[in-house]
Amino acid sequence: METLEFRFDSKPGVRPDHPALCGVVGSGNLEILVKPGDQPGCCQVHIKTSARGFGTTWRAVIGDFAASHPAGGTAIAINDMGATPAVVSLRLAQALAEYQGGAR
Amino acid sequence: MSLSLTNRHSWFEATARARINGLLDAGSFSEILPPAASQPSPHLAQLDLPGAFDDGVVIGYGRLEKKPIFVAAQEGQFMGGAVGEIHGAKIVGLLRRAVEEKPAAVLFLIDSGGVRLHEANAGLIAISEIMRAVLDARAAGVPVIALVGGSCGAFGGMGIVAKLCSAIIISEEGRLALSGPEVIETVAGVEEFDAKDRALVWRVTGGKHRYLMGDCAMLVDDDLAAFRSGATEFLAGWAEPAPSLASLRARQQVLKNRLAAYATYRDGLQVWAALGVAEPESVPLLDRDSLVALKEGLPT
Repeated sequence: METLEFRFDSKPGVRPDHPALCGVVGSGNLEILVKPGDQPGCCQVHIKTSARGFGTTWRAVIGDFAASHPAGGTAIAINDMGATPAVVSLRLAQALAEYQGGAR
Repeated sequence: MSLSLTNRHSWFEATARARINGLLDAGSFSEILPPAASQPSPHLAQLDLPGAFDDGVVIGYGRLEKKPIFVAAQEGQFMGGAVGEIHGAKIVGLLRRAVEEKPAAVLFLIDSGGVRLHEANAGLIAISEIMRAVLDARAAGVPVIALVGGSCGAFGGMGIVAKLCSAIIISEEGRLALSGPEVIETVAGVEEFDAKDRALVWRVTGGKHRYLMGDCAMLVDDDLAAFRSGATEFLAGWAEPAPSLASLRARQQVLKNRLAAYATYRDGLQVWAALGVAEPESVPLLDRDSLVALKEGLPT
């Protein structure tokens, strides 16, 4: 297992009262928990992944997410069981949408 | 109860959280120890494995047709729904709270291969605590209903737990047994049981077989709404009986008779023929309603 921490600048988004969870820690999948963070212009991400040595890929995927979504003011925690970058991107967008109330 | 594919929301494919949402009255569910408030397993962390925030089980309370209900739902996609220390403690805590608060029922959405082997003794103890807690809830008059229809079925210790519940509602996709097919093949050899023969596995452990044998109170379609209406219908007609030695003895006798009648058979097909099914080979192809009609027509 590898633990990774990232912080990216991101446009501030709405701050709801309740955290959101999506995904399951199953093979090729991951779970993402979105909670309020302490800095409105910053997206903090804490990752635990079963696959070692993919820090550069994670940095690229999370950086792209923070740049393209209003994820400022969130603290995101991820438990990963070998999800591919495409799955990670989709789940991040889904988790943020559920957190901000954009999805049912 | 035939459903077109577009209207069907598969129980088998749903996550634990989606099952709860489809089972209870819309918007009625409140989770106890939600992911942001609970801890992943410390045992898995020691083994350098990622945990899940909810440790693979969702517990809470809500309503079913307006009746107050407690729910525990195992997530089969996380480590095969296996029971670790925190996972087990959450279920035990819910069942103990049921003794205090007396909801109309505890619905136990089982999807598990049994003990989480990574947690060894802690997992075994957790399972035995769940067994005791199920019996305590039932003794307090609270029915505990097992719903089995996930990809992991109910095996190992969770197979025993399922049978300790007041009743089991199962789908054709659901499975129920003690040792899993792979375990039997590993221990006793492929001649004893071929775990790769999926059809055989279902003829021996699957929902239709369990229903025909009388192990499960109800057979329902693989559909969230079917489990919901099945649970509602079952609870409407059920009063939890007080535990008694006489009923245990009667049950033991039934099991003895069953062992004497079927112990030598190798396949569900032989058992169904002995039960009086005229065309046993047709059973795997029957839909739910036809199978229920077939069972109702069997000699008792």
